Amino acid sequence: MNTYPALLIVAPLLAALFTGIFVWIEERLCYPIAVLGMLISSFSAYKILMAVLSAGVIHYRHAGWAPPMGIEYRIDTLNAMVLLLITLIALINLVASYKTILVETPDRSGSFITIYLLFVVGLLGVTATGDLFNLYVLLEITSLTSYAQIGLGDKDRGPLASLNYVFIGVIGASFYLLGVGYLYIKTGSLNMMDVATIISTMHDSNTVLVAFILCMIGVWIKMALFPLHVWLPNAYSYAPTAVARVVAPLMTKVMVYVMVRLMITVFGFDYIFSTLDLSAAVVWLATIAILAGGLMALAQKDLKKMLAYIIVSEIGYMVGGAWLGNTTGMTGTILHILNDAVMTFALFLAVGNMIYVCGHVGFDNLKGLFGRMPWTMGGFVLAAFSIIGVPPTCGFFSKWYLVLGAFEAGAYHFAAALIISSLICAILFFRIFEIGFFPEPSDGDDHAHAHHEPAVMVEAPVSMLVPLGLVSLSLIIVGLYSGTIVNTIILPMLQ
Amino acid sequence: MEQIISIKPLLAVLVSLCVIPILVSASKQPNVREGWTFCAGTIKFILVLSMLPAVLQGKQIVFSLFEIAPGAALAFRVDGIGMLFALVASFLYIITSMYSIGYMRGLDEHGQTRFVSFFALAISATIGAAFSSNLLTLYVFYEILSLATYPLVTHHQDAKSRVSGRRYLSFILGTSIGLVLPAMLYCYHVTGTLEFSTAGIFAGQLSKPAATVLLLMFVFGFAKAGIMPFHSWLPAAMVAPTPVSALLHAVAVVKVGVFSIVRVITGIFGVELLASFNLGIVIASIAAVTILVGSCIALSQDELKRRLAFSTISQLSYIVFGVALLTPKGLLGGIVHIGMHAFGKITLFFCAGAIYVATGKKYISQMDGLGKKMPITYTALFIGALGVIGLPPSGGFFSKWYLILGTLETGHQILMLVLLLSSFLNAFYFLPIVYKGFFGTPPDTQEGEPVKMEEASFCCVVPLVITAIISIVLFFWPDVFVDLIKVGLGI
Repeated sequence: MNTYPALLIVAPLLAALFTGIFVWIEERLCYPIAVLGMLISSFSAYKILMAVLSAGVIHYRHAGWAPPMGIEYRIDTLNAMVLLLITLIALINLVASYKTILVETPDRSGSFITIYLLFVVGLLGVTATGDLFNLYVLLEITSLTSYAQIGLGDKDRGPLASLNYVFIGVIGASFYLLGVGYLYIKTGSLNMMDVATIISTMHDSNTVLVAFILCMIGVWIKMALFPLHVWLPNAYSYAPTAVARVVAPLMTKVMVYVMVRLMITVFGFDYIFSTLDLSAAVVWLATIAILAGGLMALAQKDLKKMLAYIIVSEIGYMVGGAWLGNTTGMTGTILHILNDAVMTFALFLAVGNMIYVCGHVGFDNLKGLFGRMPWTMGGFVLAAFSIIGVPPTCGFFSKWYLVLGAFEAGAYHFAAALIISSLICAILFFRIFEIGFFPEPSDGDDHAHAHHEPAVMVEAPVSMLVPLGLVSLSLIIVGLYSGTIVNTIILPMLQ
Repeated sequence: MEQIISIKPLLAVLVSLCVIPILVSASKQPNVREGWTFCAGTIKFILVLSMLPAVLQGKQIVFSLFEIAPGAALAFRVDGIGMLFALVASFLYIITSMYSIGYMRGLDEHGQTRFVSFFALAISATIGAAFSSNLLTLYVFYEILSLATYPLVTHHQDAKSRVSGRRYLSFILGTSIGLVLPAMLYCYHVTGTLEFSTAGIFAGQLSKPAATVLLLMFVFGFAKAGIMPFHSWLPAAMVAPTPVSALLHAVAVVKVGVFSIVRVITGIFGVELLASFNLGIVIASIAAVTILVGSCIALSQDELKRRLAFSTISQLSYIVFGVALLTPKGLLGGIVHIGMHAFGKITLFFCAGAIYVATGKKYISQMDGLGKKMPITYTALFIGALGVIGLPPSGGFFSKWYLILGTLETGHQILMLVLLLSSFLNAFYFLPIVYKGFFGTPPDTQEGEPVKMEEASFCCVVPLVITAIISIVLFFWPDVFVDLIKVGLGI
């Protein structure tokens, strides 16, 4: 049993090493090796989740060193869920990207796969680790690999977007590292549980306060909380399809996970909401983030850009929910980490298919898309409903907890922002549906339907459609089982 | 109250959902496709019907699916009122499916597979709403219905339907997300449950101002009920093919809106709470305004379907009006009108569609003398009109009778005047159509020339005959409906 936490991370890491070697020998072998590595990793993540659900928290000590000296992986229900989410999304995306990798990075597919695997390793490590400094190291692995991947995108603008991301990402990481430094000065430890025990007796320390604020700012920059979001839209929309599809759902959500972890495990609710009096301000900030993200999305003329701004708005949901200071709001945030990852993934999968078939996804290029790509659009519609928050898709249920949490905290402005954001998303997506559903306006003919010719289907290949189908159906399944997820995974974390 | 656990409500919802993949795969063979539609519709109706005896005995059929949060599950509970609605909707679905064949093929419409598929989805959602055991489930199906009807409303895919579709969605989705959702969440926040119960769920936790705001949010938020000023989506939705207007915009969609309001008044707030806050009269007044204004606008419409649409807006408010009276007879009259109006109005829409298929005419001013060419259609039109006006021998008389008795129970005589005035207006805008149809002179014929029968196709005519006959039958035997409501309300 106890080997799974190692296998989880070692499998993709080894796969990355092998693909790195095979680039020089036989590039075609890289892809199957990567898939194999991700399969083993996903299976381990599944086993870990089951083990955590039945037997409680798993501790894995690297090389047998006991904390606080050694590095410990500490996996409870919360990160077990996120780990499974990461491995599954990375695996499904790898399958769906079989064709796009060859199209978008034709001569560098092997190197691309290597970086991709290292990126996943970084994400998994960030999620699994119970050590504050180890988290920083893995975070930088994740960031460096994502800079490289994004730079491979759009020939003209990809590198610039990536450079922007590098600058801001480094600043964010520095903030976080500085915060960890302060904590280390004060506590002499880097293990999360250890630090938590020590600072529980020093709530009035200014050093801890500074450490907390620095860590939070660092994490907020990395997750693109408004107004620290400027790097995100370009980075996500000029990245290669295979990258955008995994970075968009995972990178920001893992950062939200880190924020939640710092809040509930390291600093603790008591410290954040009783000793400090910041929650009202942060909830207001989140409220503004939600609305600003939505309004900026309204101004976009390109589907990818629009989705990127929706992510900015969704980050507001999660930060606000976590800072409401009650269990319901935090439940909403954690549930939304899962839901938002799945629905963003579904949206980007659909967009990937559109790009593969149509070239680009400017609004003018989407006309008549329902007729040409009915299956892709079907998946897109389900994902869009989830973003809007239409039941029974999962987006509705996290919004349910978030709004209830806002009522409980008396933060009616936050509840209002959530509702308004739903309405904005409805406008955003129905604008796309309209473009895709209606043909060119005909010249005032009352019987336009007489001229309808059956649209020629030009769907994406099956290897891209099946993943989209699975993920978009899982939106409904995850939605219907939200009660179970909350009761077995989220609530045990918060008691 | 005795409860039976049974999977039947779920099956009744799922059956037309499950048939959609088959419909899509049979898109090249229209007859096979339509065969499956009938199959699913009939099974659905039989499933609903098989639950009728138990419900009439005062039992409730329950089935719980997923618990989303404590006190808020996706769950079904079949009671008298839900049964009444499901019975009407699932029966009329079969009739409408037949009518669709005549209409859609008669006009050689495109995208027929898409049409029947979304129609099946819409009727699934309608039955789901009827059988919902709590507000959350009702909301889920309400939203599914809103979205499933969008491709039906915009079926023609031309500039006009684009504008109408936009209006349709922005009203219906905007109100349900903007008003109902926060109101529902607030109810859950206060009480921790959303389960319908005749005593209401608040148990004294609500002040009068809060109750007023919540009630108004619900009444306006369920915009499918067409309460003014959130009514203008309904005339816009008339760009849809007529079967959609007939089943969805006279029966399923609009009645889900009204049904939701009925559930909120009787199941969430509870009649006693509203009566003690004296809020019934507020809602009744809002409904009264819609009744009268809707009728007046209907008078001025020349396009037949638009006139019917405004008539529907006004008639829907009868139901809200009756329920808002908060007296036994008012509730009875209001809820029974869900069924009575359905048969009358669907007949009228069927007639409008049949006229359009046979002659291509949409405007009332073009229809002089048409009754001689289409006697069956015009007779049905007459019966349907009687039903909506509320004259014997039609079922509509029955609901109006109870509504008037209900107004007398409240002691506000002025409310009775509203009903009487509205009946006059109804007569004014319907009977001239029938009169001119039979006795007017067609513009293009000579005096004394023999008139040839030019009815629409068989599939168009049979449904409107059936619904017209049932509309009369309901005058003589309204017992099933009345018993169901009495069981449902416990009176």
